[in-house]
Amino acid sequence: MKRRNFLYQAAVLGLAAATMGGSVGCKDKSAENTTSNGTGGTTSSDSGARGNKVTGDAILVGEFASLTGSTATFGTATHNGIQLAIDQANAAGGINGKLIKLITYDDRSKAEEATTVVTKLVTSDKVIAVLGEVASTRSIAGAVVCQSNQVPMITPSSTNPAVTQKGDYIFRVCFTDDFQAAVVGQFAKDQGYKNVGTLVDIKNDYSVGFAKVFSEQFKKGGGTITGEQTYQEGDQDFKAQLNALKANAPDAILVPGYYSEVGTIARQALEVGLKVPLIGGDGWDSPELIKGAGTALEGAFFGDHNFSAKSTDPAVKKFVDDFKAKHNTEPDALAALGYDAAGLLIAAMKNAKELDGTGIRDALAELKDFAGVTGKISIDALRNARKSAVIMKVTGATFDIFKTYTPEQVGL
Amino acid sequence: MGFWLKRIIGLLGIFGVLYGTSFLLYDNIQEYVFKIIVLCGIYMILAVSLNLINGITGQFSIGHAGFYAVGAYAASAWSMLILPRLTFSDTFLKVGTLSGDVLNMIVSLLFAGLCAGIMGLVVGLPSLRLRGDYLAIVTLGFGEVIRIVILNIDELGGARGLSGIPNVLQSGGIKHLPFFWTYLIVILVILVSRNLLSSVRGLTFLAVREDEIAADAMGVNTTKVKVTAFVIGAIFAGMAGAIFAPLNLVITPDTFNMDTSIIITTMVVLGGTGSITGSVLAAAFLTAMPEVLRGMQEYRLIIFSTLLIVVMLTRPQGLFGKKEIGWHSFSRRKKRAVTLGGTA
Amino acid sequence: MQTVLQNLIYGIQLGSIYALIALGYTMVYGVLRLINFAHGEVYMVGAFVGYYVCTEGVGGVRLPFQDLTAHPEAAGQNVALAIVALILTMAICALLGVIIERFAYRPLRNGLKNGDAHFWGLAFALPVPLKFAPSFLSLQGLTLWIVSGIVFGFLLRPVMKAMARRIVLSSSRLNALITAIGVSLLLQNGGLKVFGANPKFVPNIVPEKSLDLPFGLQIQTNSIVIFLVALVLMGILRYIVLYTQRGKAMRAISHDIEAAKLMGIDTDRIISFTFALGASLAGAAGFLVAVMTHIKITPNFGVLPGLKAFVAAVLGGAGNIPGAVVGGLTMGIAENQVSGIQSLQSYKDAVAFVILILILLLRPAGLFGKSVPEKV
Repeated sequence: MKRRNFLYQAAVLGLAAATMGGSVGCKDKSAENTTSNGTGGTTSSDSGARGNKVTGDAILVGEFASLTGSTATFGTATHNGIQLAIDQANAAGGINGKLIKLITYDDRSKAEEATTVVTKLVTSDKVIAVLGEVASTRSIAGAVVCQSNQVPMITPSSTNPAVTQKGDYIFRVCFTDDFQAAVVGQFAKDQGYKNVGTLVDIKNDYSVGFAKVFSEQFKKGGGTITGEQTYQEGDQDFKAQLNALKANAPDAILVPGYYSEVGTIARQALEVGLKVPLIGGDGWDSPELIKGAGTALEGAFFGDHNFSAKSTDPAVKKFVDDFKAKHNTEPDALAALGYDAAGLLIAAMKNAKELDGTGIRDALAELKDFAGVTGKISIDALRNARKSAVIMKVTGATFDIFKTYTPEQVGL
Repeated sequence: MGFWLKRIIGLLGIFGVLYGTSFLLYDNIQEYVFKIIVLCGIYMILAVSLNLINGITGQFSIGHAGFYAVGAYAASAWSMLILPRLTFSDTFLKVGTLSGDVLNMIVSLLFAGLCAGIMGLVVGLPSLRLRGDYLAIVTLGFGEVIRIVILNIDELGGARGLSGIPNVLQSGGIKHLPFFWTYLIVILVILVSRNLLSSVRGLTFLAVREDEIAADAMGVNTTKVKVTAFVIGAIFAGMAGAIFAPLNLVITPDTFNMDTSIIITTMVVLGGTGSITGSVLAAAFLTAMPEVLRGMQEYRLIIFSTLLIVVMLTRPQGLFGKKEIGWHSFSRRKKRAVTLGGTA
Repeated sequence: MQTVLQNLIYGIQLGSIYALIALGYTMVYGVLRLINFAHGEVYMVGAFVGYYVCTEGVGGVRLPFQDLTAHPEAAGQNVALAIVALILTMAICALLGVIIERFAYRPLRNGLKNGDAHFWGLAFALPVPLKFAPSFLSLQGLTLWIVSGIVFGFLLRPVMKAMARRIVLSSSRLNALITAIGVSLLLQNGGLKVFGANPKFVPNIVPEKSLDLPFGLQIQTNSIVIFLVALVLMGILRYIVLYTQRGKAMRAISHDIEAAKLMGIDTDRIISFTFALGASLAGAAGFLVAVMTHIKITPNFGVLPGLKAFVAAVLGGAGNIPGAVVGGLTMGIAENQVSGIQSLQSYKDAVAFVILILILLLRPAGLFGKSVPEKV
């Protein structure tokens, strides 16, 4: 009896609602709303929508960063760099008199959080552009959302090529791993290593992609990969994998992971008796790197962005001094890249014909020879930056530039 | 009126209400809020399906995220791996067109439900012999094993996750359809649960909850009941996954870890293990509140867990206990023991 | 073969840690039939306390550890200080265990009292110093917390009374399990706020060397230390359980709690004692891991080892103390052997759960437990 009543009532309500809905003319609305394509936005959108506009007195720029979680130093450093650039731009008058307001959300080093906060930035806060992230996996998550909403996104330091492949609204101010990993591979050969073992973080797009390109370049130079082991971010025990790598007597071990594991890996490598140098990529760049390793990383090398706080270049020196004045510590490569990403965005906003998503995107695509503190940045056709990379060497409690490589030197 | 005619009208009525609501809703609120409402719906499905296992059959399962994961990955596998290999996929199943997307959505829902249901069978059968907290731990273990196995399947993106999932939820690009699909399944799972309860067969579920050995002695096939509960619960959790995957466009095994299982369990417990209304309301509340309080983001889980403990200490039967809110609550007839789940 | 033996050595080190944690699980289960989900978090707190005691100190107070690379002669002093730090950590964790039992599990047995409301006021008050004081672990932070906790307690008392109006004094184990899960989450997220999410590393405090063994094997002095300390602690535990009055009371309660009460045993006090013992062992495990292996310490790093140690306890027979030790060692060895096999490396966490499922299906009483038929 109860069920019959329920259905009758539902039927009446339903017919009423359907009539209401239909009479509002759903057809026109849905035609207007077909902007997202069925494939999750992997190619350029071709609708008339142009992203978000500037409404009100401030220009809203969004940022998503890992301010807490396993890669907290990455996010914090980047955020500080971005904030500095924006503060300086505002002090110089902003864009056509309008000040820039930075809205930052913490994604807690998690990919699902990244999706949620970027959705919030883009659809709720309606920012005109998004800056972020450091980790390629999270950048990819954010890029998907930005692309389908025609909001330009600039990643300061994600190096996995897949990030900018998500669409024509996604840019980066750093090099890609196609280049960086090739540099490290070339460096390995130049150092005389013939056999290298790899220990890859399979939870990380960056790590997996890096190892792949490294292997190709290293093998091209005549080297051999003697063993491939894997771990996951968060693991605490790597001795079994290191033991397995040791069995093949490598000259060096490639660990293209994040600083939070590399230190422990270095220690445990010594504990299992693997006394060869470790090499890695820019994921090592953090003030916490040595804390985890103690003396275990002495003499290790890693690829990094071309930034040194000790540079004599006047622009770099000014940046370092300003950063030090505000944060009491020297900026690292990630802070510098954050600074450049924001700087690039500001330059594009100044050049844009129209201050909306598509306008900024067009201006970004045409930007050439932007003078950043990480080098001269030109955005190429794939929306990546063409710059040189460096190899850092760990000495004592710090690391500094050991060697520089240009794209030509690795055949790019 | 005929038996079937009534039901068809009712069905169309429900469709109409859903579509109308989704349409009105989307036009009047921000996309971000819309997404949260859809997410609430997904958790409602998860909570009510878990309630079927925990509350109505009395089996304590805290590995529900495993079924959710299987559903999400199955649905994605369908649209990303299987569909492109079918020869007729370019005709009426074409992704991007309205009819193609709707059909795809239906197929992926069914496929996800099927895979999750099979997993429910795999988990439920061996767990039959266990009771109470041992059952809980085993289901937790199964949930983790499922997650780790998915982690290792490279075709499904492995540890880095699966991105580029076709957005068949916004079928044909109609942006308000996610609401329609989600709440359609919500209504479905509520109806199934309610009808199960008010049927004769449903009484056997309750009997198993109240006293399994007595039920066995009365001739109830407890094995069948318990396994059925697991399977049905798993099927709906799988469907929730099939909605989540195209909603998020990216899925990683991390999303379906122990924390998610515990959150779903909390929703069921807080709402009242055994109360469908409780699960629905708790799911909506616990999904929406953290977003509303995003300013208090870092304290969210502290408040959450403290709330859980305090509720367990003071009111372990949850908000609604075993009671429901239904049409009977609004009737002016004398309040008999109209509870669907026995006494509160 | 050499790899297998080498991994065996690492497995024993890992297993010792699991054994220490598993002992806590098994004792509590034996006495209360409760799975103390929050035990893994006690391990985590032990690691953090170990970190703070050995490095930054709290509120300006720190132990005078010397940097061994600069002052190698201070090795003996450092070792002595490390032992002090270990005992300190164990004491703090024992206190934590007692607090958890008193305020989260006892109300389920004995009903809610007014004092409990104040404690939960403290928990709700955690955000207050985090927002208003410069740092939680400072004098202002702690006073602010305690004061706001008491105030919240007064507010909470009527609320709890209202909610508890139709209280179900349930001895249901499931309620206790859910409460335990809640405590676990609270500790993890509370720890996240109090300690911060940045991973922490303990630097080298005691001298560490690598020793060569026959067959080309190697062992670290750290591993030996961990194993020996674990052995000593287990020995002390065994003595307490078998040869002291309290230990006898514990065993009595685990056989039959009603009879124990009738024999005049103050069950509440003995249960607190049990929790304190178990928690101190978990704290020791955390300390050893933090200080000896220098792995990264984060607020959620206790979850997985906690679960694995629980499986170890079940493997050995829940409630069975030697069983927990054997279970712990088995789990550690199994996990390391699996990660030695390349194709199975990423499944190594699943090993624990597979073992759990197999044990519960094939021999639920565990290796050393007794099969008790269920009485209707």
